[in-house]
Amino acid sequence: MTTPLLSLQGLTKAYPGVVANDQVSFDIGEGEVHALLGENGAGKSTLVKMIYGLVKPDSGTMLLRGQVFAPPEPRAARADGIAMVFQHFSLFDALNVAENIALGMENPPPMGDLASRIREVSETYGLPLDPYRTVGDLSAGERQRVEIIRCLLQDPKLLIMDEPTSVLTPQEVEILFETLNKLRSEGTSILYISHKLEEIRTLCDHATILRLGKNVGACIPAETSARDMAEMMVGSTLQTPERSGREFGDVALDVSGLSVPSPSEFGTALKNVHMTVRKGEVLGIGGVAGNGQDELLGVLSGEIPTAADAIKFNGQPIGKLGPTARRKLGVLTAPEERLGHAAAPDMSLTENALLTGSVREGLESNGFMKWSETKNFAERIIGAFDVRTPGPDNAARSLSGGNLQKFVIGREVLQSPDVLVVNQPTWGVDAAAAAAIRQAILDLAAKGTAVVCISQDLDELMEISDSFAALNEGRLSAPRETTGLTVDEIGLMMGGAHGMEVAHV
Amino acid sequence: MDLGEINPVLLVASLMVAATPLLLAAIGELVVEKAGVLNLGVEGMMIVGAISGFAISVETGSPWLGFIAAAVGGAVLSLLFVLLTQVALANQVASGLALTLFGLGFSALMGQSYVGVKPPDMGEIHIPVISDIPVIGPILFQHDPILYVGIALTTAVWATLKYSRVGLILRAVGENHDAAHALGYKVIKIRIMAILFGGACAGLGGAYISLIRVPQWTEGMTAGVGWIALALVVFASWKPWRALLGAYLFGGITVLQLNLQAAGVAIPVEYLAMSPYIITILVLVILSADKSSAPASLGRTFHASH
Amino acid sequence: MIVLEKRPQPSKAWSYATPLVAVLATMVFGGVLFAILGKNPVEAIGTIFWEPLFGEFSFYYRPQLLVKGAPLVLIAIGLSLGFRAGIWNIGAEGQYIMGAIFGAGAGLAFYPLDAWYIFPIMVIAGAFGGWLWAMIPAILKVRFGTNEILVSLMLVYVAEQMLASVSLGLLKNPEGFGFPGSRNLQSYESAHNAELIAGSGMHWGVVAALIAVIFAYVLLNRHMLGFHIRLTGEAPRAAKFAGVNPARLILFCLGLSGALAGLAGMFEVSGPSGVVSIDFNVGYGFTAIIVAFLGRLHPVGILLAGFLMALTYIGGEIAQSQLGLPAAAIQVFQGMLLFFLLAFDLLTNYRIRAARSEVA
Repeated sequence: MTTPLLSLQGLTKAYPGVVANDQVSFDIGEGEVHALLGENGAGKSTLVKMIYGLVKPDSGTMLLRGQVFAPPEPRAARADGIAMVFQHFSLFDALNVAENIALGMENPPPMGDLASRIREVSETYGLPLDPYRTVGDLSAGERQRVEIIRCLLQDPKLLIMDEPTSVLTPQEVEILFETLNKLRSEGTSILYISHKLEEIRTLCDHATILRLGKNVGACIPAETSARDMAEMMVGSTLQTPERSGREFGDVALDVSGLSVPSPSEFGTALKNVHMTVRKGEVLGIGGVAGNGQDELLGVLSGEIPTAADAIKFNGQPIGKLGPTARRKLGVLTAPEERLGHAAAPDMSLTENALLTGSVREGLESNGFMKWSETKNFAERIIGAFDVRTPGPDNAARSLSGGNLQKFVIGREVLQSPDVLVVNQPTWGVDAAAAAAIRQAILDLAAKGTAVVCISQDLDELMEISDSFAALNEGRLSAPRETTGLTVDEIGLMMGGAHGMEVAHV
Repeated sequence: MDLGEINPVLLVASLMVAATPLLLAAIGELVVEKAGVLNLGVEGMMIVGAISGFAISVETGSPWLGFIAAAVGGAVLSLLFVLLTQVALANQVASGLALTLFGLGFSALMGQSYVGVKPPDMGEIHIPVISDIPVIGPILFQHDPILYVGIALTTAVWATLKYSRVGLILRAVGENHDAAHALGYKVIKIRIMAILFGGACAGLGGAYISLIRVPQWTEGMTAGVGWIALALVVFASWKPWRALLGAYLFGGITVLQLNLQAAGVAIPVEYLAMSPYIITILVLVILSADKSSAPASLGRTFHASH
Repeated sequence: MIVLEKRPQPSKAWSYATPLVAVLATMVFGGVLFAILGKNPVEAIGTIFWEPLFGEFSFYYRPQLLVKGAPLVLIAIGLSLGFRAGIWNIGAEGQYIMGAIFGAGAGLAFYPLDAWYIFPIMVIAGAFGGWLWAMIPAILKVRFGTNEILVSLMLVYVAEQMLASVSLGLLKNPEGFGFPGSRNLQSYESAHNAELIAGSGMHWGVVAALIAVIFAYVLLNRHMLGFHIRLTGEAPRAAKFAGVNPARLILFCLGLSGALAGLAGMFEVSGPSGVVSIDFNVGYGFTAIIVAFLGRLHPVGILLAGFLMALTYIGGEIAQSQLGLPAAAIQVFQGMLLFFLLAFDLLTNYRIRAARSEVA
């Protein structure tokens, strides 16, 4: 047998309280697309950080073409032909494309030469990009292209891609796969990290599955069913949320002609958004990140005030009301960013329960706080949503992502809202917690709450929502009933391929 | 009152002198802020530079050694800021204030025996031929060497930030320290270098006040110049040439109000003396609407977790 | 190798211990400093911390503790509320001056009338003066997003010029033989902030400081506004999400800290100082920043820190007269205290751990 390109042998890395990787071994062959599969927290990121030289393994060895490979820093890894496209882009908003790319190279050529090479490579691989544009103004898909081109300019032997499709529309995914197939045919190996099984089945030659830091199996994706892979990944049979037959009531939330500039410099303005949500209905809003999701949540929560008539709750204009007034009426929200937005990291769970619960749960009188009632409320959330924590006096940041998310969603659900808006309710959450959160949302809807669920996880939206709309550059497509929607239709609602067709004429 | 006593050539020439301490401190702080660090200790570093430079010049008789000592003194004080913010990860605003309070006290302590002493004179460079051109000559080409150092430094910082790889990395660190770290750049190390550079520049600026501008030593003699330099960085939108322009503008106001005081204009002295501070506030108000050019990581603490 | 590891949550024990550790470290390094200056470090430290409390003349110095501590506490309480919310008023010195000018001005306007209501009017005027001066950075920040640090600081220099101007002009004592400075309020009974109990040092400013401590404690621990202040400092986005109006919070915090600093200035000018003069302000507004941090931005902590700092002032003066310790040495000493406090604060949020040696 030929020597593999990269061979990992018994890699172990422990952090205080958690073993991120425990004796992980597998090989990546030359010109192979190798999938690394696992849930959030399974240890995928730590593993690739070791390969990329960002983290040093506690024990174990790596062999690159048979030679011991122990990069002390990313620079060394890059010099040996390892390139990485990060999940959360390591890009600099205020710098232009060429400067960003130069920062990822060891010996960048002068800017003028670099720009022409960027054009060259971007045309070869069907990834159009202007080297002099400011990165902050690019769409998520374009930003990913910057990262990919930065990697390709170094002629990598191994290209690591961490969840690359989470920011792409289905059409853009197809184009990305063409690029990756082209690279494979040229002999580049790709380590492809994902938890999206269908993608892996179409693209990858081999798959290694991680669970709780351990290598729990390998398979050839094309010959394995998605369900089998999922069970290897999760370690138990999956539960799909139950939904009972729904009947919708009157319109609870009515948004019409909503246009709002973004509060942040590189944000997206909302443009003429229309939607109605009836009592008991779940409206799913899809779309690639950065297309106005944060702004939509901000407008609905009351953080960004707008024209009174643009948002109506049970016919009453609420656009000018702030978050507290809206909560009083029954319009509750849960933002995407758990630490720092939905919750204050250094404050206790009790204080965080007070953060949104003060009005509806009667946790204050005349401006004075009622600590014991607040603590009770926090304990109720912890109990009802199975939040794993020693108690309500612990700081929010001491909780794991999934547990904090359960707390944040639980805090709003327990206040029995009439309208609930959630953004990315299960982002970065393990499968069991995600299922619990989805079930809670469905149960709430069954009781007559109008729910808006903003998410980038299309599978999730298809699972829980009655109707679907997509955000694209701040515009919301007309909502459609979920049943019967095809992937292609969803992709077009999300904005198709964002101008990528140009390169493929 | 006699406005005719104000000689425009001397006025412009002296505004360049008045502007130089501001320029030196502001250029240093600009680099620090470009790296994503907000060091509010400029005033403290300047005053320590002022006394270090003064003491060494008096002891050695060499203004040049004095300026070197001032740069070292400013940098050593900024090292305390490094320890607080980059090692102990303390809040940058509080640490900067601590630096200023400490620096004011420390300089007063060091300077006790230097009150009323006259420092050695640095002399002026008369650039041959062009310094003899009427009007332009005395304005531009008959100054002390440090004034030209300030302008050269501005040019160097501008070119480095704009064209060099070091400059690009520095900007990247200030823009998004997490991304820079992910690419393998040593965020803390780069920031420490920037802070030390800023300290040295502030020290030079301070010594310029005690050795050339005034020249003598009095307690608290920087009188807010360090704070104005901080405002100047905002005014300059983090661009070196605009810092130069701003420094000359403020220098002009300072010199003008001193000249007006001397000429005995009917405005009370106190109101003239407060004018530079009020104008600083006005300028801040006008320019604070646009924060788009501020480095995105400015003032945020970086700690490399896994 | 030593690594820093973020604690899952801030350590309570260390948050109480750091001020004490900082004081100890300051004593050690301060001692080294005094030794370098050629003084006996033990004697110097002893003089600073022991003499005012238990020394031969402590009957004279003890009341001074209240006199010096009260303005520090009063100002620091106001500052701490803003600091907690990430609103940096560092121009308390200017607000202190304006409080004194307004307070004294209001009193002197009635001269030589004798009436009970004059002093209350002065109190209101003093608070108003400080509030007004702090509202400048507050409104500029809310309206234009101007940096409050720089504006509030610039206004200190402006206030100092105002002080010079009124000392030489508007408030100048007409019977002062041309010397700068106002009439002495100590000799104008209706405007005099006299000792409440003779020889105790207890004047209305001390009472106000204690009230401020209690008020701040209740606000922070029991009231939604205090919760919102803390929330804004910890997580500004979460605060907005919770419904906090950042503009109102800025106006409140800056306004209150300005009013308290103004009160401190007014009580000082109408009591211990007595006169509006060019050198009226002695840096309480800046030292209060140290007090606020040393007290961990906690009302009770500030009360303790205020009196500790007053101790170093008085002890420093004693050391100056008895040992010839330079006045600036005490300033350095106080600066050191803030340094060590900020440095040791690391231990509240991080654990220091020796990293295991690399396993091959």
